Amino acid sequence: MIYSEKVMDHFANPRNVGEIENADGIGEVGNAKCGDIMKMYLKINGGIIEDVKFKTFGCGAAVATSSMATELIKGKSIEEALKLTNKAVIEALDGLPPAKIHCSVLAEEAMKAAIADYYTRQGLDPELYVGKVSHNCDACEGCK
Amino acid sequence: MEKRFIYCDNAATTAVSKRALDAAMPYFCSEFGNASSIYMHGQNAAKAVLSAREKIAGILGCKTGEIYFTSGGSEADNWAIKGAALLGKAKGKNHIITSVFEHHAVLHTCEFLEKQGFEVTYVPVDENGLVRPKDIEDAIKDTTCLVTIMFANNEIGTIQPIREIAEICKARKVFFHTDAVQAVGNVEINVKDMGIDMLSLSGHKIHAPKGIGALYCRAGISLPNLIHGGAQEKNKRAGTENVPFIVALSVALEDACSDIKAKQERLSKKRDRLIDGILKIQQTRLNGDRQKRLCSNVNISIRGIEGESLLLMLDMYGILASSGSACTSGSLDPSHVLLAIGLPHEIAHGSLRLSISDETTDEDIDYILETVPKVVDRLRSMSPLWERICREEGLVGTI
Repeated sequence: MIYSEKVMDHFANPRNVGEIENADGIGEVGNAKCGDIMKMYLKINGGIIEDVKFKTFGCGAAVATSSMATELIKGKSIEEALKLTNKAVIEALDGLPPAKIHCSVLAEEAMKAAIADYYTRQGLDPELYVGKVSHNCDACEGCK
Repeated sequence: MEKRFIYCDNAATTAVSKRALDAAMPYFCSEFGNASSIYMHGQNAAKAVLSAREKIAGILGCKTGEIYFTSGGSEADNWAIKGAALLGKAKGKNHIITSVFEHHAVLHTCEFLEKQGFEVTYVPVDENGLVRPKDIEDAIKDTTCLVTIMFANNEIGTIQPIREIAEICKARKVFFHTDAVQAVGNVEINVKDMGIDMLSLSGHKIHAPKGIGALYCRAGISLPNLIHGGAQEKNKRAGTENVPFIVALSVALEDACSDIKAKQERLSKKRDRLIDGILKIQQTRLNGDRQKRLCSNVNISIRGIEGESLLLMLDMYGILASSGSACTSGSLDPSHVLLAIGLPHEIAHGSLRLSISDETTDEDIDYILETVPKVVDRLRSMSPLWERICREEGLVGTI
């Protein structure tokens, strides 16, 4: 298993690590049993993601995919962010080893979970906007 | 502190020693003859193989004819276990006993045999990573043909009560095999004295090249042939002998076993400094018995962080180590060894194994003890799991 230089860069120097006080939406996915948990914080203003931070417990790919996902949605509208797929995260990182694809799924889910939380806080039904958010990575047998 | 290069994964593999390499070199280009050839050039090679075999037999305390060269530890394990199974089957015995935390070369071989109709009992290990001889004794029945228990565990370094297990097997007339890949060179072993019937060893764990190992098989146990073909290895394992590697193995084994007591003293001091130093980090635990432990092995679980990211970050500081996390085991579950001693998945994912050698200096240890807390601190500061642990258990601070 070999990581691309981009993955290693995002692992060694992760972007947007941390928390946002008074975040407008927080999403957490994954579990300790499987070995990865991602938590994403969003600051949303006028439908735009003004700031995003993350915390991740997991492998190098888990850290790198969370970091890349935050970069890809920062400054974007919620609608644009919701179009982000795990494939886009993988491409932006110049690929991931097959065993690590689930990390990118988790990054997409973390972002969606945070947006869903934003809608919930607004008193809206998140499913109408985000669809169903899985809090566990579907690719991971351990969660089933 | 300046970045260093500290290889702390000697349980994975070791560098070939200069002595082993020098001993092997003539047999590549000048003394390259086939040991089966009748002319002097071939006979020189045959002599080198014989003298290597004698040397190894002398070190292990057995007869020259009881040593078979293999491609490594996995092959030796496969041969001993499948061979003993076939011998058993011929006598109507189809039951094998092993432990839950063996190396995969043993476990997967046993699983294969289960599919072939054999019955396998996997005895548990206690929370310190030790097999209980009583469990073996209780598991033996009339149909048992083999007990195979590792000499020392490859992940947590625990040294098993081999002498006691061998005695039980002898009393019950059951063959006893041990995978001693991690123990050889770290623990004094005399197969006759200890009552071992078969023992696997590997070259690349003791500064010989990868691709060479040996199986000791007591005379009187007529293992079925492993590779059919020429007459090498008493007709049992055909294929032209790997003369340079065989010579290198004998030299490396000689060095590894020349003064084990002194080596144990030297290494265990360093090992203990590492253990005590890393355990100063809060929410850590030593995996495996502290006393009955290889002098080279440190295995510590660090809560709130995941093993692979720990290894990657240590690598950036020039420290090469290993872990039992799922991401490093290549499966979805963390190490079967750590689960076997009762660790929950969450804690098994955050394990760190450091395996030292005589090359590891006191300065290296200082550097590791300075670096590990920094790296743990950094990973914990970005871990939502650590955040939760701190909140739920009222812990303060990152380290």
